Amino acid sequence: MTDASPLTAARYVGTRVHRVEDARLLTGHGTYVDDVSLPGMLHACFVRSPYARAAIRGIDTAAALAAPGVHFVFTAADLNPAMLEQWHTSIGAASPETPRPPLAEGEVRFAGDPVALVVADSRYLAEDAAELVDVDYDPRPAVVDYTTAEHNDALVHEAHGSNVVAALNGLPASALESVFAASAHVVRETIHQQAYAPVPMEGRGLVVDWSRPTGELTIYAATQSPHEVRLFCSRLLGVPEHRIRVITRDTGGGFGQKVLVQRDEMCVMLAAPKVGAPLKWVEDRRENLLAAGKSRHEHADVTMAFDADGAIQAAHIDFVSDCGAYPTPWPVGPAAAVGMLFPGPYRVPRAGFATKTIYTNTVGRTAYRGPWQFETLAREMLLDIAARRMGVDPVELRRRNLLRREELPYANPNGMTYDSISPTETFEQALAMLDYDAFREEQARARANGRYLGVGVSNYVEPSTPGYGFYGTEAATIRIEPSGAVNVYIAGGSTGNSIETTVVQLTADALGVNIDDVHTIQGDTAVTSFGAGAAGSRSGSMTAGAVRETSAILRARIAAIAAHRFEAAVDDIEIAESRAFVRGSPAIGISLGELAALAYFEPSALPPGVAAGLEASARYTAAAPIIWVNATHVCTCEVDVTTGLVTLLRYIVSEDCGPMINPNVVEGQIAGGVAQGIGGALYEHLAYDADGNPVTTTFMDYLLPTACEVPRIEYGHIETASPGPGGYKGVGEGGAIGAPPCVVNAVADALSPLGVTITRLPLTPSAVVALLEQAEKIETS
Amino acid sequence: MPDGAAQMPIAVTVNGRVYAAPVEPRQTLADFLRDECGLTGTHLGCEHGVCGACTVLLDGAAVRSCLVFAVQTDGAEVTTIEGIAGPDGELSAVQSAFRDCHGLQCGFCTPGFVMSVTAFLHDRADPTDDEIRVALSGTLCRCTGYQGIVAAVHQAAGAPHGEESR
Repeated sequence: MTDASPLTAARYVGTRVHRVEDARLLTGHGTYVDDVSLPGMLHACFVRSPYARAAIRGIDTAAALAAPGVHFVFTAADLNPAMLEQWHTSIGAASPETPRPPLAEGEVRFAGDPVALVVADSRYLAEDAAELVDVDYDPRPAVVDYTTAEHNDALVHEAHGSNVVAALNGLPASALESVFAASAHVVRETIHQQAYAPVPMEGRGLVVDWSRPTGELTIYAATQSPHEVRLFCSRLLGVPEHRIRVITRDTGGGFGQKVLVQRDEMCVMLAAPKVGAPLKWVEDRRENLLAAGKSRHEHADVTMAFDADGAIQAAHIDFVSDCGAYPTPWPVGPAAAVGMLFPGPYRVPRAGFATKTIYTNTVGRTAYRGPWQFETLAREMLLDIAARRMGVDPVELRRRNLLRREELPYANPNGMTYDSISPTETFEQALAMLDYDAFREEQARARANGRYLGVGVSNYVEPSTPGYGFYGTEAATIRIEPSGAVNVYIAGGSTGNSIETTVVQLTADALGVNIDDVHTIQGDTAVTSFGAGAAGSRSGSMTAGAVRETSAILRARIAAIAAHRFEAAVDDIEIAESRAFVRGSPAIGISLGELAALAYFEPSALPPGVAAGLEASARYTAAAPIIWVNATHVCTCEVDVTTGLVTLLRYIVSEDCGPMINPNVVEGQIAGGVAQGIGGALYEHLAYDADGNPVTTTFMDYLLPTACEVPRIEYGHIETASPGPGGYKGVGEGGAIGAPPCVVNAVADALSPLGVTITRLPLTPSAVVALLEQAEKIETS
Repeated sequence: MPDGAAQMPIAVTVNGRVYAAPVEPRQTLADFLRDECGLTGTHLGCEHGVCGACTVLLDGAAVRSCLVFAVQTDGAEVTTIEGIAGPDGELSAVQSAFRDCHGLQCGFCTPGFVMSVTAFLHDRADPTDDEIRVALSGTLCRCTGYQGIVAAVHQAAGAPHGEESR
């Protein structure tokens, strides 16, 4: 189904309206989970393993229990037996999931593994007592290096029988050998990406309030998906869903880390009924960097074959990822996506892939903004390497191979059929914004003066808005109250994606009302219908569908009531600016408030067959299994070849997310993703030593980009309507997909006269200096 | 508070109101503001003085309230994010600029930015773009890529925006 036509003329969609979230957030009146304080509330603190791998011989909790203000010290024996089921709805019960003991049982599998849970009057006292819990560990050799884990005698999960979670393959490389053999150029490299993490400014946390008399559970959670928290908790504890209410007013960023319930949250849910008082756990930064999960950390052998003119003949990726000890979710699907998407927005006639996911004694892999983004990193880095080896400008090589509009829909060899994208257009727009030729001239002049400037480009096509399974529908309830004020209820919840503002804009236009008349209520499972939450760059498109479906019902009812009152045809009723009136005779009309009063308080005045009240709910089913989004990133940098410091000069993103609901929100999402990608390319590394000790558990060690490292970002916009409602597409993840290869390629371009080939991130100053020294050594030998 | 823990009485003026309470010497100013005063707008993003989310004004100077003990503020004047808007709720110039420039998304770091920018602009009337970025570099944001934040400081400073974003 294609429907790019709004119900009414857009007044608010497409404009930079102020955010409705800001009034509370700017004044310190947001409600994040740590701001929730309930009478009698107790505080939880985890005792975490200092070892990457060890047997637990015993746990002595006596001293901790005797400490001031301590109520409980739970171990696995106390909490784990109460766990009924632990599976995530989007993955399903049948998935061969990693076992997830809430608290470590018999063995700890990463440094940070939760071993005991202390409950006390305050977080201070809980932390004091956590120090007193005496765990008798028997340390064992840990599986730390994922690249050798497959052949390590030590097993992360003994019962699994292997450190390989699973292998999932497409067409094997052997099937492409004849193509490679016959091609003019074959370029192979091994590309590595380090571990880095979402690192939301607010850590994970929840407050669980169990009411023993009623058997009701109220959970305040920092989450991207309140309804998933409810579903998960219901299965975990065996409490029926209608007795669980999950409330999420404000969440301080998630970026994938807060999509799914992890072991720590399971522990707090399991403990709450035993505590008999509201229980709060809010992780601190150390816990977040230690135990909330890591992302990326992967490598691949990548190969591309080209004919003499530089046309891609075949592409293959052999991908291996580190999943830590307790990956959430099961990591095999995201790994397969890396393989399937590797051809990207290019004309690639043949392709294959192999993927392998590996357990290690490190923190578990979690989703992070574009969980499959390695396909773009590896492909775009390889294209630059290939271009240099072939003596072609990297931009020219891409131009020869990028898909053009007339080739769409285009099925890549792995069965992904792209449509409604514009890779050539975003590419040319971004290059024009830079003035590529002028930059090349500037670069030549700089090199003559001993300065090393570089330009990097990356292209990607990204699947947004998954339209199947758990994610395939979204609901809205709209209540036009008796006063004519509009409340729209969406699963949502503010996690920084501006979804409250988006929903208000969409609803005002869909109903034909003034935006000040619209308010939204989100993030409360007691009053919103099921929705899968903020994931997969789905919120904009899916809520647009939900608002459209629900508004259509109300508009029909409003038109019927107005037509009856004015003795006009229903089709002649227009609704705009919070009024219903007869087309061509705007004086013959009624305000929405007057009409709502009729609908609620004078049912006898309504036309026969029209329901009283002005309230409706509807559920939208996704129009397409995937909504494709594409973008081109271009940046320039200067590299100080003495210190290794990389300074970004310009950063340009040209994207095609379809029509923009709010350009500020679109640009904000892109900018945030780009900054995270810059961090991944240059600074961030969630590192372990050889024994599996985490060495970056503070912000002094784990380096986030600051305002000094992120340059001004310039935006270009190409608009191709998607098959979804309003033609919208998802834009939440792309920035973090396009940025790492763009930055790496710029550095590689800057250093190309010095014989440097970059295959590994992050490009810290010391890494750049090491590359330069290595290149010099090769040159002199 | 637990029985027997040594407590010290303090009286701190926060946003013009005096809060008098006995506190443990180890309690941070951030926790005092959040837990004893109920002012939860001050957020804790790292609790080791790097992220800046907990920035408040202590006798007019921007400080990280996670690195200050409440007992150190006895007799002092503290301004938190809740004390920045006008008495009728009117946003300050800095707050308005953040709203106008899309300077916040999840909002968790925002109070720290508003407080540090308020102090910065008090000390520095006509900052350059570089000065603004250096001033902002002590506060971390994970959502915005700092684009709207930098623009907001320019606006609040009354300085020209530099080049427009498109």
